[in-house]
Amino acid sequence: MLTYIIRRICYAAPILVGVNLVTFLLFFKVNTPDNMARTILGDKRVSREQIEIWKREHGYHLPPMFNMREKAFAKFTQTIFWQKNLPLFFFDFGKSDQDGTSISRKIRDRIGPSLFITLPMFAIGLVVDLFLAMIIAFYRGTYIDLYALIVCVLLMSISSLFYIVGGQFLLAKYLHLFPISGFDTGLAGTKFVVLPILIGFIAGLGGSIRYDRTIFLEEINKDYVRTARAKGLGEGTVLFKHALKNALIPILTSVVVTIPFLIMGNLLLEAFFGIPGLGGYLIEAIQKQDFAVVRAMVYLGSVLYIAGLILVDISYTLVDPRIRLG
Amino acid sequence: MEESKLKFLWDAIWNSWYFQDVLVAALLIFLVWMGRRLSRQPYWRLAIREVRQRRIAVAAFYVLCVYGLIALMDSVGWHPALRGEDGEVLRDTKNRVLHDRGGITVLDALLTPLREAREKTYSAPLAKILFSTETAVLPDGAMAQIHPPLQYPRRHLMGTDKVGNDVFYQSLKAIRTGMILGIFTTALAIPFAIFFGVVAGYFGGWIDDLIQYIYTVLASIPDVLLIAAFMMIFGRGLPQLCIIMGITSWTGLCRVLRGETLKQREMEYVQSAEAMGAPALRILRRHIVPNVLHIVLITVVLGFSGRVLSEAALTYIGIGVGAETYSWGRMINQALRELARDPAIWWNLAAAFVFMLGLVLPANIFGDALRDALDPRLRTQ
Repeated sequence: MLTYIIRRICYAAPILVGVNLVTFLLFFKVNTPDNMARTILGDKRVSREQIEIWKREHGYHLPPMFNMREKAFAKFTQTIFWQKNLPLFFFDFGKSDQDGTSISRKIRDRIGPSLFITLPMFAIGLVVDLFLAMIIAFYRGTYIDLYALIVCVLLMSISSLFYIVGGQFLLAKYLHLFPISGFDTGLAGTKFVVLPILIGFIAGLGGSIRYDRTIFLEEINKDYVRTARAKGLGEGTVLFKHALKNALIPILTSVVVTIPFLIMGNLLLEAFFGIPGLGGYLIEAIQKQDFAVVRAMVYLGSVLYIAGLILVDISYTLVDPRIRLG
Repeated sequence: MEESKLKFLWDAIWNSWYFQDVLVAALLIFLVWMGRRLSRQPYWRLAIREVRQRRIAVAAFYVLCVYGLIALMDSVGWHPALRGEDGEVLRDTKNRVLHDRGGITVLDALLTPLREAREKTYSAPLAKILFSTETAVLPDGAMAQIHPPLQYPRRHLMGTDKVGNDVFYQSLKAIRTGMILGIFTTALAIPFAIFFGVVAGYFGGWIDDLIQYIYTVLASIPDVLLIAAFMMIFGRGLPQLCIIMGITSWTGLCRVLRGETLKQREMEYVQSAEAMGAPALRILRRHIVPNVLHIVLITVVLGFSGRVLSEAALTYIGIGVGAETYSWGRMINQALRELARDPAIWWNLAAAFVFMLGLVLPANIFGDALRDALDPRLRTQ
């Protein structure tokens, strides 16, 4: 098992190198440090000297890939690529372009609030979606199934902004059931996060129920289910004991890939409810044109995505005995 | 110097409606040609017949057609001559007729009564009076705060926005943006996805490895982050958003097509073509591509609604279309700032959401019907 995991991580390494190169190309080649300086200094008539000073202050004055003025190995180390892009591999994200704060520390501080929203949302969503999908699959072919599907499609067709705006307006502003926005740590924060969790859960409901339902239906048409029915087992036993366990394999693995991503938080919910998580951090960075932060987030995001893929492979081998570690 | 001249020329061509009219005509001709070709083949005829048996899918299709028609009318435009206050045509010093640089579209021309009916500021749907109050002198000489009457009472079906523009008109104008994002992004990605996906799946080996590597790297950057980085660097705007959304949808489609090609490659009909000595490119073009085309169509239709919805969210975050493009995201964004008022200004928001739902819901229904009809695995059941 351990060797398998190590091998999977080794497979991921070239992809991370690729992501690193993409961020380098986007942030330092397409968008040169000169451009960056001009955007951040904000003035169209900013002078050449000001740009040079800004670049020197932030370490962008070095040549991108090769420094011909240096000797030997310093040819490679005294470059933007070495100084700014390679440290991403070691999760050293450097400093923000705008206020000079350490990005790594900010990220560490903001993971907590993000998880405070996304973890409960994920857990509640998973259980409720599965439960509802099972019930709908139980009544397949009837009007209950038809109406449930219509509701699901309707739920899917509504913009997530509508859920957020509507929920915030109706439940918080109009009915005063929840605070409109804000955040607090520990138990005191509970009252702030209930509404975002609820809204996020409802926004994702339609799509996941429909997905789970199709998987259940696929499972129901298989031979072992027919055998179980032929043995004389009731429809409930067949569905909830036999089909559920097998349907869980594709559902769980489709869900596992998103687990590392919970760290990144939910962009819209954090923006609307003023939650100081990673999603909010990204939006702030976009609004302030903070290239260093966005670069760090791009890299972090792809690391988490790849981690999710590795988790999927591992979970497959854990839940499905037919799949061997290969 | 030469380069700036070239750029000037390029801008002049790009911003000209006549150039875009030609593009739209070319696109239409291509679509009609493609549709006629496909509808002659039995597989696609069967699929069309199956979709037509679902009444709700047919209804959804007609709604989509209405949206498409509005978008089309908004994509064909011209540059009318500028006229002075007396209606005379304006001319420059060399006596050449001056033309409006922004131009107007067919939709603009049809909606002139709405387009030109500007109020001072907010007004509720079908209202006769302005939303805000003004100090006015009453007939008996007293001063009072009143809601002044609108210049065009009962004309604004969905009210007006902050600077007094008709909301219904804006919502209609936003359809074009939504349709472009929904269709055009994938249309950009399709040729590349088909080519690379099919080539990777058919040839295998290092070509496969290379193509797989490229799309895995791109796909491993989460969409939102890739879009954020791209839009920050290239600036906000509809073309930029189209390109980056095209790239994000390219990776998924390419992977699916590669997998399907792997399957098709082992089929007898491909083997017999190989045995008869057909060259590889001919096998790809004549045999494999037509057999994976249904996947392309399913992906386009099912991805459509997601892209329309994400435009609004991206614009809210600040990485969507710019402020000069009509879009539902922009309308929502502007309206959100005013929701805190009391009484709330809800009509901007409602109009944008209703129009979005009116496009996304039929797209979802029609997409489902199409997938059921085209996916052979579901058909056998």
